[in-house]
Amino acid sequence: MPESAEHIVKSYEQELQRLAGLITEMGGMVESQVSLATSAVLDGDAELAAKVVEGDAKVDAMERDIEAFVIRMLALRQPVAGDLRQIVAALKMTGDLERIGDYAANVAKRSIVLGQYSLPFSLAGLGHMSRLVQENLKAVVDAIGEKDAEKALHVWRSDEAIDGFYNAIFRELITYMMEDPRNITPCAHLLFIAKNLERIGDHATNIAETIHYAVTGTPLSEARPKADTSSYAVVRPGGGGE
Amino acid sequence: MTAPFGDEAMSTTTNDSAPAAAASGTVAAAKIAIRNLDFFYGSHQALRGVTLDFPERQVTALIGPSGCGKSTLLRCLNRMYDLYPGQRATGEAMMDGMNIIGPGVDLDLLRSRIGMVFQKPTPFPMSIRENIAFGVRLHERPSRAQMEERVEWALTRAALWDEVKDRLGAPATGLSGGQQQRLCIARTIAVKPEVILLDEPTSALDPISTLKVEELIDELKRDFTIAMVTHNMQQAARVADRVAFFYLGEMVEVADAGTMFTAPREKRTQDYITGRFG
Repeated sequence: MPESAEHIVKSYEQELQRLAGLITEMGGMVESQVSLATSAVLDGDAELAAKVVEGDAKVDAMERDIEAFVIRMLALRQPVAGDLRQIVAALKMTGDLERIGDYAANVAKRSIVLGQYSLPFSLAGLGHMSRLVQENLKAVVDAIGEKDAEKALHVWRSDEAIDGFYNAIFRELITYMMEDPRNITPCAHLLFIAKNLERIGDHATNIAETIHYAVTGTPLSEARPKADTSSYAVVRPGGGGE
Repeated sequence: MTAPFGDEAMSTTTNDSAPAAAASGTVAAAKIAIRNLDFFYGSHQALRGVTLDFPERQVTALIGPSGCGKSTLLRCLNRMYDLYPGQRATGEAMMDGMNIIGPGVDLDLLRSRIGMVFQKPTPFPMSIRENIAFGVRLHERPSRAQMEERVEWALTRAALWDEVKDRLGAPATGLSGGQQQRLCIARTIAVKPEVILLDEPTSALDPISTLKVEELIDELKRDFTIAMVTHNMQQAARVADRVAFFYLGEMVEVADAGTMFTAPREKRTQDYITGRFG
């Protein structure tokens, strides 16, 4: 559906714009948290990590503000159609963004522990994965602001690559742990970091789905492509897939 | 009844927003099927090629800005326009094999099968009992006991019985606005119509009376097919199974209420229901 005209009630229009602004702002905040957290890991920068951990409170506060604003709009405006979808989408997306913020903070915390070890292997794989995750997150945050269902669809489809990276890192880290038990502690943290990044990717795809519905009115129902399932190999006897 | 909207009418019955059809356990067929209906006030064309189904035992709400033709369509369905010279309708409005707007229709019979309730409560200046009995006597000759029974039945169905049972002989004009409107609905259903037309039935009522009438409409659709014109979009969302949006004499879009108010197909619909018209 093409972009709608302005609302007859100006204050309603302003509220819708303010909501869109808040969500974009929160998206930017979270994007920056993820970016700083991955830098903290890759550069072993504990100071930066501390900043990210501290910054999570702001993300949480933002979520509460958006939630309150949405509830107020639902009660007072009784939105329908595109407005309703946009407002409900904001509520869902703020939840996803808040979770992404949590994962970023967790990555940052683990990077502090990780900094106490000297790693006998490179973090190139994790670097690639985090770049991909950040690209997707940036694209999805842009798609929120631009109300771009196509861009959202692209993000939704490209999560498969992130899952692929995660599985590769998983196998790599298992190998390091088997080679030398002294690697186990840092590798366990790295595993969680990789898992957190993978989850950030999943929340980005959730947001992509929400955008698609909000903009077009049709849900993304097609099953999302999944990469291989080797990360489940140890917990699923027989290495069975899904 | 295999016109463009036939399929859509069927599909709504599989939707959760068609409880009437679900309750009756059958797929709702069209009680009235309008095809290519044009309507003229003299030389002014007020409806253009309207095609729309009113599924049996469902509430169909007609929405749209003033002058879009929704009330005109309602007036077509019981041939109200016949009272005015220069007004004419062409096309089809089929009910049980009969073209309502065709020639040779018995208007008295038609209006007993298709009842109408107006925007402002219009009680007759008579007792509450007589308001109900008056219309019944036009079509039937019931005994006194049968009439008493019918009055109680109609008032009960209109959710008014408990409030008026002790003063059936009192003038109807002494009732509150909301009660008067429910009396008008009772009067309409007393002649046991098949279809009820509601022309903004609550626009003159306070919110609580409005909710009572809405609850009543919900009750009545078990037995009657209901077509309602409303300016209150929230009301259409609350009580209608299907909603049709009219603009400049055309039926722009029809969908089940859930779809209409979450993801309408047409931009004009979206702009209207979200308040962006102009």
